[in-house]
Amino acid sequence: MSGVGVGVELRGVGLSYGHRRVLDGIDLVIAAGERVCLLGPNGAGKSSLLRCITGVAPDREGAVLIDDVPLEEFSRETLARRLAVVPGQVQLPFATRVEEVVALGRLPYEHPLRGPRAEDRAAVTAAMARVGVADLAGRDARELSLGERQLVVLAMAVAQQGGILILDEPTMHLDLRHQVEVMELLVDLNERDGLTVLAVLHDLALAAHFFPRLLLLDHGRLVEDGAPADVLTPDRVRAVYGVDPKFVPFMAS
Amino acid sequence: MSTELAPGIARPTIAIGRFEAIRRRPARLFVLGLGVLAVSIALGIAFGSVSIPLDQTLAILGHRFIGWPSAVTWSPSTETIVLELRLPRVLSAATVGMGLALAGVVLQGLLRNPLADPYVLGTASGAALGAAVALLVPIQFAFLGLGLLHLLAFAGALIAVWLVYRLSGGGSSGSITSVLLTGYAVGSLLAAGLAMAMFLSGDNLRQIFFYLLGSFAASTWAQLAVALPIVAVGSALILSRARSLNALLLGDEAAQHLGLNVRRERTLLLALASLVTAASVALAGLIGFVGLVVPHVVRLVVGPNARAVLPLAAVYGASFLVLADLVARIPGELPVGIVTAVVGAPFFLALLRRYRTGYQL
Repeated sequence: MSGVGVGVELRGVGLSYGHRRVLDGIDLVIAAGERVCLLGPNGAGKSSLLRCITGVAPDREGAVLIDDVPLEEFSRETLARRLAVVPGQVQLPFATRVEEVVALGRLPYEHPLRGPRAEDRAAVTAAMARVGVADLAGRDARELSLGERQLVVLAMAVAQQGGILILDEPTMHLDLRHQVEVMELLVDLNERDGLTVLAVLHDLALAAHFFPRLLLLDHGRLVEDGAPADVLTPDRVRAVYGVDPKFVPFMAS
Repeated sequence: MSTELAPGIARPTIAIGRFEAIRRRPARLFVLGLGVLAVSIALGIAFGSVSIPLDQTLAILGHRFIGWPSAVTWSPSTETIVLELRLPRVLSAATVGMGLALAGVVLQGLLRNPLADPYVLGTASGAALGAAVALLVPIQFAFLGLGLLHLLAFAGALIAVWLVYRLSGGGSSGSITSVLLTGYAVGSLLAAGLAMAMFLSGDNLRQIFFYLLGSFAASTWAQLAVALPIVAVGSALILSRARSLNALLLGDEAAQHLGLNVRRERTLLLALASLVTAASVALAGLIGFVGLVVPHVVRLVVGPNARAVLPLAAVYGASFLVLADLVARIPGELPVGIVTAVVGAPFFLALLRRYRTGYQL
């Protein structure tokens, strides 16, 4: 594992889709080795913010720096060695073995003609073992349960050996056990391997429990940034999500 | 060339159904494929309306190309059949088979659609319309041994793809679904033009019809000399883009996150596949099934890793079409497109049934 976290800095980042303003004036510093969760209601701009950081949002305003280097100075390939993005729900067009999916994480290191080297294969094996999917290696990824599939794409991102893991709703569609399993894995990757973790979550309880720092996004603006107890106050939850905080179990007590 | 994605990975100790069993070593399969191709070519040269003994066929080829000092025991007409009729024909079939199979791999991967084939983005209708127009225009024209038909078919195929690409905004963020649907729309429009041309064609109808079914009966060295370099260079470049095709497995955005310049690679791959397809259809007409079935059969055996799929599709696609052309000659010049469909479809179905647990389209 690379072991060195990657830091991200955003300065005045804004984004519009046509006339619709989805992000506005985002200033944010995520230090190397931090574990940060991005929260906000649907349409708040969470995925757009991730897309700005990973450089796939067209016509972004403002500056994004990866380890103090402007995003624009990276080629897609060099960026992919720094940032590992865990895809949301993956659709595979052809039957694909789990080890083949995980091996895709090595593409940023692969020579176009020579193909994978021994160290790439070792990284794939290590990533599968790290995430706990080694026993699935020969299975068709399309036949796995959603929980298993989420772990497989996570293993792919780990094999990519970027210094930061970026995840958009990694627990979507997962049952409670798999949700906790994925969260614990993220905590472990962060604490033991030193990876920076930035995840979008919808579950406030999971976020508060597993992340020391929360970002709250509302209407394209960053409205809160801090420890769970400071960010998830009853007033904030009422204002941003438009619901009575009594529906948020861990806050009701 | 490393053809396996991760050979160092230990096989799981628990056998997992039949899926585990169907992955074979791609490097060995490639060598086997070269052997199959060589045998197919030899058989394709030896057999036909006039059969030439296999040893004599090999003797003629050896004598002519590598200066093998064998006594000349064959008639000049036999030599002409081998060198001027059969050889260009068989090599044309191999060229087209390789090109269509590779273009099929590329388009299925690029469009992330298992039902895509080399013709899906309008190349077929474009080439057919070009050929039909060439047959209608009363101009005798020859350039480098190529008739107007070849040139217009080639141009028609490329123009059709270019139109699809432009109309769908294919290079930009335009979704891949819109490329596919635009391909369908443009293809339908060109097909209407083709129908019109056929309606107007009178006595030429039969010729247009034959072009649509595909054939190697009229292959010449001159045509091959133009088409082969295009297909060969295009194929070599496609083979060098295996990494890009692998990255596209998970979709455009994931491919970008895996370090791919999606916009550039998509444009490049589309251009290469179109070029190879256009040269193939100009050479032999519209031969179906090769570009659809060969990629799937290869994936069925070695999995979706383009680093293995591309070279295997190239050799087995070439062999398949050489053999299909041979079969087409047995009853006396059937259009080869009929043979590829009749042979290919049941074979494909049988494979699908056999590996049902492990492979779905």
